[in-house]
Amino acid sequence: MAKVIMTVDDSTSIRQMLNFTLNQAGYEVVEAVDGQEATDKLAALHIDMLLTDLNMPNKNGIELIEWVRSMPKFKFIPIIMLTTESDTEMKQKGKAAGATGWIVKPFKPEQLIAVVKKVLR
Amino acid sequence: MNESNRFIAEFYNETEELLSGVEDAVLDIEENPGDQEAVNRLFRAIHTIKGSGSMFGFDTISEFAHHVETALDNVRNGTVPVSKALIDLILVSRDRITAMLAEANGAGPPVDPREGEQIIASLKGLLRSDVAEVPVDEFPKDGPEKACVPDAPAPQNEAVYRIRISPDPDIFAMGMDPVMLLYDLADMGACSVMVHTEKVPDLENLSPESCYLFWDILLTTTKSLNAVRDVFIFVEDTCEIVIETVEEKAAALEASTVPRSGDILAECGDIHKKVIDEESDTLSKERLKPAQKEQKVVPQTHKSAVASTVRVPSDRLDKLINLVGELVINQARLTQVASNINDTHLGESVEEIERLTGELRDSVLNIRMMPIGITFNKFRRLVRDLSSQLHKEVELITKGAETELDKTVLERLDDPLVHLIRNSIDHGVEPPEVRERTGKPKKGTIILSAGHKGTNVVISIQDDGKGLNVETIRKKAVETGVIPENAEIPDKKIFTQILAPGFSTTSEVTSVSGRGVGLDVVKRTIESLRGRIDIDSVPGEGTKITLILPLTLAIINGLLVNIEDDFFVLPLMSVEECVEIKSKEIETINGRNILNVRGNMVPYIRLRDRFHIAGRRPEVEHIVITNVNDSRIGFVVDHVIGGHQTVIKPLGPAFRYNKEISGATILGDGTVALILDTNVLLESA
Repeated sequence: MAKVIMTVDDSTSIRQMLNFTLNQAGYEVVEAVDGQEATDKLAALHIDMLLTDLNMPNKNGIELIEWVRSMPKFKFIPIIMLTTESDTEMKQKGKAAGATGWIVKPFKPEQLIAVVKKVLR
Repeated sequence: MNESNRFIAEFYNETEELLSGVEDAVLDIEENPGDQEAVNRLFRAIHTIKGSGSMFGFDTISEFAHHVETALDNVRNGTVPVSKALIDLILVSRDRITAMLAEANGAGPPVDPREGEQIIASLKGLLRSDVAEVPVDEFPKDGPEKACVPDAPAPQNEAVYRIRISPDPDIFAMGMDPVMLLYDLADMGACSVMVHTEKVPDLENLSPESCYLFWDILLTTTKSLNAVRDVFIFVEDTCEIVIETVEEKAAALEASTVPRSGDILAECGDIHKKVIDEESDTLSKERLKPAQKEQKVVPQTHKSAVASTVRVPSDRLDKLINLVGELVINQARLTQVASNINDTHLGESVEEIERLTGELRDSVLNIRMMPIGITFNKFRRLVRDLSSQLHKEVELITKGAETELDKTVLERLDDPLVHLIRNSIDHGVEPPEVRERTGKPKKGTIILSAGHKGTNVVISIQDDGKGLNVETIRKKAVETGVIPENAEIPDKKIFTQILAPGFSTTSEVTSVSGRGVGLDVVKRTIESLRGRIDIDSVPGEGTKITLILPLTLAIINGLLVNIEDDFFVLPLMSVEECVEIKSKEIETINGRNILNVRGNMVPYIRLRDRFHIAGRRPEVEHIVITNVNDSRIGFVVDHVIGGHQTVIKPLGPAFRYNKEISGATILGDGTVALILDTNVLLESA
């Protein structure tokens, strides 16, 4: 069965690109526009992996990661953050919140897949 | 529009939307400088423009937005106050991004880069010098994070690394499974992994959510050390990773000492060639035999050396099979031509080609072979559901799941098998109460087995149910007028009646069976696959239905015969024997087409008459006796030429209504031989 990945980003174009790339690679994708929508959807959903932007309205990426990690059913799922930050501070915050890894925007579709494959098989 | 264009169109729309949001936010801030929410909104909008801009290749927009973002970040932190100058600058920046977007879209004039630099300079001027210094110039484009991007072309030399991974016990809570690391390494090259369990505590102290294992890995790869390091990029601060280079082998050295599998293969190839060369030197056929055997063994060792699979679209395979078919035909023609020329050197190489062609044919046909087990597995569920639906207890036992069959045959076998199994459960196996009364185990058994028999595959479905009732079937057959009343017909022949169209002894129609549609469809499918059905049943003990099918549909073993100048091929599978008859003998049997073969009466069809072939019958004719649906029937021909590897070519649409001929093949000399369908011939007789 196809693995389900949730993509959270407030940019429609980025979500579309993520969705298309992951679908092509055989993953099923659930989208959310921000951390709030993600938590709402995740309450009743199972996912195998979370791919989230950090800067978002309502509930940002860090808060989302913390919330997801606190849920028993998502305790061990891989979480990848999409970051544009050049400094390591945001990355550290993300890791402290429970993120597994990161990918730096801009990235190419094959780079995205390479990172996903690192944590989800 | 292709995919990336679609993304870009989406980017334009999105950015335009964001930019109008920027304007709103800026004006809100101007009205109420303390509006933190508006500042955040503004920051995020610019941030998103920066992020998606770089995603879709609008680097100039992204870079410009980066400077605006930096300024806004400071506003957000409170290090830069909201001022008239700032508001103006943000609005100017916004207009500039709009202009850049229009330019990129082809909808506006080119923008002046100097103007942009001025804005950036002013933005920087807004920041206090101590804050401004560090981040502004450090645009992430060339940041160190690039490390998780796959490496540029790696050196071709293989290197061996010894790697120790000691994960943090809490690694799972980070969403990382150390196995992923091992998978990643295994993808890079040959990799031997040793796991250390020393640190695993006693059961009472063991936390199931912690990782106590650590690993030593020996990796042989062509990838660079950096590429190997990249595997651990997400875990470098939570795992202890030690990577040592053991040995870097130069390509030349490597070939001489440790041959790669490719080299091993090449070496095997050399051995072959030598064997063949030597053998053909001796010119003797007897000596060629052992060499052939050897050749058969060698490819098998190849197979185990390269145990990987390749997925290929099936139409490519079909094309390959077609080509091999043509090759076989042409090779036969070549052999014939060579035998006329009678030149030793030519004969020698033609013989070689004949052998190689045969081997090529076998190997190519082998590619299409698939184990029947895949089909068998589907039936477990079917048996389970159906038996509970019918309140019966049935166990399915499968045997010979590894038996291989042509994929086409296998696919078309699905429906007939489903049908036969349904029948076995519905009609064969009795309800548990009945079974107990008759002293049988409560649970019925259906045995599904497959196996090879010569060039055929035999699949049987056997149940331990009540068996077929000969009398009921006979009565029904008499009723429908298929067999005359009181006719003496062996039980086995009666059983085949259940395959007739419209036959059903069940008075009650269930959703499972009893409609009398079905077994004739099974029969037709099996016949279209050039197979046949055999039915065996003992009352009270069960029924066994056997399907006998050819291994493949592309090439069959045929028996080549001729009448005058016309050639025909009979499927060898159904041929039992060939006998001669003298025209005198025929005269003596009451003018009826029946022949006495060692005491058994065998009816025959004279193909010369059947196909209206003009000419005089030879003194001695040949009869090919075949077994079709358990009836022996002879086909009279002029001469039996011999076995023939028949590459089946379909006939054109003009002949599609001619069911007696199932195809054609081309002989060595270019003559066309027609392939006869013995089933149809028997029915029409």
